[in-house]
Amino acid sequence: MSALSTDPLVPVTLVAGPESLLAERAVAAVVRAARAADPDADVSHTTGGELTAGGVAEHVSPSLFATRRVLVVNDVQDVSDAVGELLVEQVRAPAPDVHIVLVHPGGVKGKKHLTALRKAGVHEVGAERITRPDDQVGFVRAEVRRAGGRIDEPAARQLVDAVGGELRALASAAAQLVSDSADGVVSESVIATYFEGRAEVKGWVVADRAVEGKTGEAVEQLRWALETGTDPVLITGALATALRSLARLSSVPRGQRDADVASDLGVPPWKVRILRGQLRGWSSDGLARAVRAVADADLAVKGGGNDPTLALTTALVHIGDARAQQPATT
Amino acid sequence: MSVWDAVVGQTVVPGLQRTVEDASAARAGDGRGDMTHAWLFTGPPGSGRSVVARAFAAALQCPDGGCGSCSECTEVRAGTHPDVAHLVTEGLNIRIGQVRDLVPRAALRPSRGRWQIVVVEDADRLGEDAADALLLSVEEPPERTVWMLCAPTAEDIVPTIRSRCRVVQLRTPPYTDVARHLAATENVEERTAEFAARASQGHVGRARALATDEDARNRRAEVLRLPFDLTDLRQCLDAAANLVEAAKADAERHCDALDEREVEDLRTALGAGTTGRRPRNMESAVKELEKEQKLRRTRVQRDSIDRALVDVLALYRDVLMIQLGVRTELVNEEMRPSLDRLAGSGRAESTLRRMEAVVAAREALQANAAPLLALESMALTLREG
Ligand SMILES: [Zn+2]
Repeated sequence: MSALSTDPLVPVTLVAGPESLLAERAVAAVVRAARAADPDADVSHTTGGELTAGGVAEHVSPSLFATRRVLVVNDVQDVSDAVGELLVEQVRAPAPDVHIVLVHPGGVKGKKHLTALRKAGVHEVGAERITRPDDQVGFVRAEVRRAGGRIDEPAARQLVDAVGGELRALASAAAQLVSDSADGVVSESVIATYFEGRAEVKGWVVADRAVEGKTGEAVEQLRWALETGTDPVLITGALATALRSLARLSSVPRGQRDADVASDLGVPPWKVRILRGQLRGWSSDGLARAVRAVADADLAVKGGGNDPTLALTTALVHIGDARAQQPATT
Repeated sequence: MSVWDAVVGQTVVPGLQRTVEDASAARAGDGRGDMTHAWLFTGPPGSGRSVVARAFAAALQCPDGGCGSCSECTEVRAGTHPDVAHLVTEGLNIRIGQVRDLVPRAALRPSRGRWQIVVVEDADRLGEDAADALLLSVEEPPERTVWMLCAPTAEDIVPTIRSRCRVVQLRTPPYTDVARHLAATENVEERTAEFAARASQGHVGRARALATDEDARNRRAEVLRLPFDLTDLRQCLDAAANLVEAAKADAERHCDALDEREVEDLRTALGAGTTGRRPRNMESAVKELEKEQKLRRTRVQRDSIDRALVDVLALYRDVLMIQLGVRTELVNEEMRPSLDRLAGSGRAESTLRRMEAVVAAREALQANAAPLLALESMALTLREG
């Protein structure tokens, strides 16, 4: 089953199954192997619907330049019967130095062709969905190894619990975690830190909506963030950071270049444009009031006993009021 | 010379001296009543709780009631007296293990025949477990054992222990006493001693630092610029950030070397490097220690910020006195011209609101608020008045 365990450089490879990540990798393995064997290998892509009998014939006929050739056929279920027969023929009597990869996304369509290919003894790589949690844990562990790291079973399980079963998300989390870890060991604490970072993002969304005066949206995002387990302290932290940047920007003399402002405020240049937009509608006194509202919420959250949702909602409402506050009325 | 010379501005000294005489007589069996076996010294930070406890301990061990020069007095002062144990903690809490080590010692007969004394310097950091471990010994002390606990207030002590103790309440020593003490014990000019006494507001340790350490004086001067630089939002945020940074630097000065030494000591104690093989529990013990050190660093930072806020508060109190026309010596007398200007630019009501903001920030920090945010909120309020 595994593309890694055998030589991928066979005349015809069938990649069958709905898991696109695995399918892409199987295709990439063949292409890589072909290029390793011949750096000038010619790789072309087509789809089952586009591929004609003439196209197949052209592809398998001896090459003028005697280069190795790879043909990737996506959506192989769409091929005509004539093309299907030509492909089966390639399994039985392959043309030299030609590698054909047939990608089938699963399902019943094109079943006839699959059966014929299998009967002819096609080399097959599975790309089935991984639905059992144990298999997902196994996948994570393999991914971490692949990225040059190590992870034990409990940590892998924790990662699956946090990310869910989507392989692409698991694979990118695994790669990220290996590079985040100091020594390649993806421990449970490395994972915890990683997800704290993601929780922070939720805090930023709340803060951005709040300082833009979209109080309703901010409250909605707040509820969502808290419901999904974001620590209230991360929300007050994000609110404080957002208001801090605006307050600093408000004291910058008009007409300064974005790049200078950026280095002054310690934010990337693209952020300055966003901040300038957010600052519109704020007065100094309003910003001061908003910072105090966040400090009050922080204290309420730390004090325990208090309902953090209420404390943070109150802060968001006060921030909205503070933004609406006109300098003249203070 | 006397062991009591180290005690600054405390009216309780004569009473304690009488107790020492009575104790001596009671020991000799003249039946003048029993020695109290558990004492609790309370008083604000810098009032000298542990200094008083130490002087009292020396006076009890000294054949002359605290002469200050005999070997008993000298050893107690140096912390090497075999019959005087000290429990000090650098951590946030006194560990139960520390108490368990101490209790059997408290039960011993004094090796030199007078008293077996145990001083617990930060008794407010006794957790419930540790207090329980202590309770029996305090409740039913052996005949010659004397416990001396120190804490800011009696309320800081678990009631079960507190109710067994005789409380000795210290006061904030008057500036004149602190100045005289500094002039007598440190090699500083009278003017410096007076400045340090006033600026410290009666905190003896702080006064000594201000009198002898130029860096400490500079850092304080830096803090006191804060109320003058709060025109725009950015200055407010910078002022808050500077306070936090200064506190971090303070904590580094205090903790870095200490942390390192403690970890080294722990490794040595657990036998690293000697056998070449690491005991299995070593890494977890080191981790545990590092966790405590982190807490301590947080506390040191918080204390440092609090000290700065106390200085700021005193400055606003000075401003208020000027605004109200109260004739009094200011804490920051040497800043009078700029304080006059600050006073002239606002009203007493605003000054009071500002003082409230500083107090609120101190309380917030005690309640574990995010330091930078709490100080920003304070600075922004100070700007508005
Ligand atoms: Zn003596």
